[in-house]
Amino acid sequence: MTATYKNDFLKEVEANVEDGQWVKMCMQCGVCAGSCPLGPHWQHSPQKIFMMIRAGKREEVLTSDSMWMCTSCYNCIVRCPRKLPITHIMHGLANYAHRLGLAPKGQPTREIAKLFWDNIVKTGRVNELKFSLAMYFKDGFGQGVKNAMAMQGIGLGLMKAKRLNPMEMLGGHTCKDKGGIHKMIAKAREIEDRRKGLSGH
Amino acid sequence: MTAPIATNQTILVVGGGISGMTAALEAAECGKQVLLVEKTPTLGGRTAQLYRYFPKMCHPTCGMEINLKRIRGNPNLRTMTMTQVVAVSGSRGDYKVTLKVSPRYVNENCTACGKCGEAVSAEVADAYNYGLSKVRAAYLPHVMAYPQRYVIDASIVGTPEGEKAKAACPVNAVDLDMKEETIEINVGAVVWATGWRPFDANKIQPYGYDRIANVITSVEFERLADPHGPTGGKLLRPSDGNPAKNVAFIQCAGSRDENYLRHCSRICCMASLKQTQYVREAWGDAGKSTIYYIDIRAIDRFEDFYANVWKDSTVSFVKSKVARIAENEANGNPVLHGVDTEGYHRYATEHDLVVLAVGMEPEVTGVKLPADIVMDSSNFIEGSKDGGMFGAGAASSPLDVNRAVQSATAASLKAIQVIHKNASTEAA
Ligand SMILES: Cc1cc2nc3c(=O)[nH]c(=O)nc-3n(C[C@H](O)[C@H](O)[C@H](O)COP(=O)(O)OP(=O)(O)OC[C@H]3O[C@@H](n4cnc5c(N)ncnc54)[C@H](O)[C@@H]3O)c2cc1C
Ligand code: SF4
Ligand code: SF4
Ligand code: SF4
Ligand code: SF4
Repeated sequence: MTATYKNDFLKEVEANVEDGQWVKMCMQCGVCAGSCPLGPHWQHSPQKIFMMIRAGKREEVLTSDSMWMCTSCYNCIVRCPRKLPITHIMHGLANYAHRLGLAPKGQPTREIAKLFWDNIVKTGRVNELKFSLAMYFKDGFGQGVKNAMAMQGIGLGLMKAKRLNPMEMLGGHTCKDKGGIHKMIAKAREIEDRRKGLSGH
Repeated sequence: MTAPIATNQTILVVGGGISGMTAALEAAECGKQVLLVEKTPTLGGRTAQLYRYFPKMCHPTCGMEINLKRIRGNPNLRTMTMTQVVAVSGSRGDYKVTLKVSPRYVNENCTACGKCGEAVSAEVADAYNYGLSKVRAAYLPHVMAYPQRYVIDASIVGTPEGEKAKAACPVNAVDLDMKEETIEINVGAVVWATGWRPFDANKIQPYGYDRIANVITSVEFERLADPHGPTGGKLLRPSDGNPAKNVAFIQCAGSRDENYLRHCSRICCMASLKQTQYVREAWGDAGKSTIYYIDIRAIDRFEDFYANVWKDSTVSFVKSKVARIAENEANGNPVLHGVDTEGYHRYATEHDLVVLAVGMEPEVTGVKLPADIVMDSSNFIEGSKDGGMFGAGAASSPLDVNRAVQSATAASLKAIQVIHKNASTEAA
């Protein structure tokens, strides 16, 4: 049997992932893999992910939690000899896997991103108290209480410094035109979906 | 100093490396008047600073000797050293060129007896050894230097050291009153054979060239291997003078990188392959060379050379661009960190010495050239829009010696055509 080289997945990434058209520019030098501070802790480095995309490993890439590990330190972008926007591609891949529902369930970065998004779109401002509590309790009530107890000192400190207001629990501060913000976000989503060819899905 | 006689029948060649010497000789041997100007005190260029040449592994002195013999025997060719072009005006067939001649403080009487060098005690960095060693402030640039004439370093002029040199000279050749001169000449065509310089390794911060003693450049490694070099040809590492037996070569140091040089410098894969053989020559089977590379570019017939090095049991290859270099402070060994592309294994490997295969950057980068000159995105000279000036050798593209000579011959022919046109219009 002869193996044929298919680049369907590369084409899919180019069409759907932010900055995906850059993937083919990678020359597999390994500088990003060796420069990423999280390197030793990821399953697949950016270098490897780019090769996997070209090798058509769709499932393995999209279900991987590797791109969710990127902390946006930009070390790779600064050093890449080909100037690939690696960080952005990592986030683009994560976002694409999320949209397709393939991203790993319970992956902490993904959970936090979701909580943050839900929190900020409600009022146009981040409600830090609610966001922190949502984070503490994301793994169930028992774990939430434990987390909250562990973070108590920091919470009190923030309150003293007026960085955290307990009254935020009751509604909290909002933007002047909450309805306008909601409309704006809906419109942005519509444009983005159209750009990605997702309208009607 | 008298101004050389030059007319619009003269070809000016800028740069006295192998390319400039070739371009000048080809035209002069065709009967054309040629002026060859070189900014340093000697002809030879960077090839004179190599230990051996690939692919034949001969010493650069032989090629140099043949060229110098041709130069000495040709009345059509005049050379000026310590001379730079500061301005060019006019157009194809009729250029006015301003030259700046720096003082050598030694005149034509010099017999290179060396007495002035023995008399002074002041020392300056030895440019021939890329500053790895020092030389007396009255010196001959190197054994093959042409002209065979000493140089008094400007730093001792006006000091008692300068006077010592003058007093020591038996033939009254030291002239401490020499001044910088500006000369205007007329020429018909110009060949730019200004060559290359090694990319500044300090700019590649993750490699720590400025911080780690045992990280050196490929041009410095040539000097270590050379018997005329700072270690007398022994491969000893800078930090402690211990033998460098386990040597790493890092390819594309500065080249093929949008942050530094965009282009592939084309010769550095071959240079490292060649240098693994210096390690073998020095230590036999006890030597060990490791080449870290993106891909090996041994172009066309050099493939054979690569194939032979590949068979050498002391040489191994790691497909990976090293991400960063740290230093083992206990023994001064550089530690190379990266991930290889054949299996994505993470490594942290120690070596005695690391050689950065630095890229070739055009020597004229940052130098103001005539407005009419066209350069590519890496500052290699393509020629002038008016068709009267030409790039040659490593000034026009990163080339090995063989290809540089071919390119110089081609440029020389184009320059001859310009002069011919001049002669025929004047006769009409
Ligand atoms: C580490 C290393 C190893 C190499 N080993 C080999 C090898 O083994 N075999 C091989 O074939 N090639 C080798 N090369 C390539 C080789 O060095 C070049 O091909 C060669 O130097 C090109 O000669 P050139 O005359 O074009 O330039 P250069 O040698 O750079 O000569 C240019 C000359 O012009 C002068 N000049 C510059 N600017 C001016 C100016 N404004 N005015 C007047 N004069 C000026 C310079 O002082 C110099 O003398 C090696 C290169 C490197 C980096
Ligand atoms: S540094 Fe750039 S070119 Fe090199 S492997 Fe990473 S993405 Fe590819
Ligand atoms: S930006 Fe992300 S992928 Fe790049 S080096 Fe930092 S953590 Fe690694
Ligand atoms: S300058 Fe005089 S002393 Fe010095 S090398 Fe020349 S001849 Fe000898
Ligand atoms: S010749 Fe080799 S080392 Fe030099 S830039 Fe090209 S690939 Fe890199």
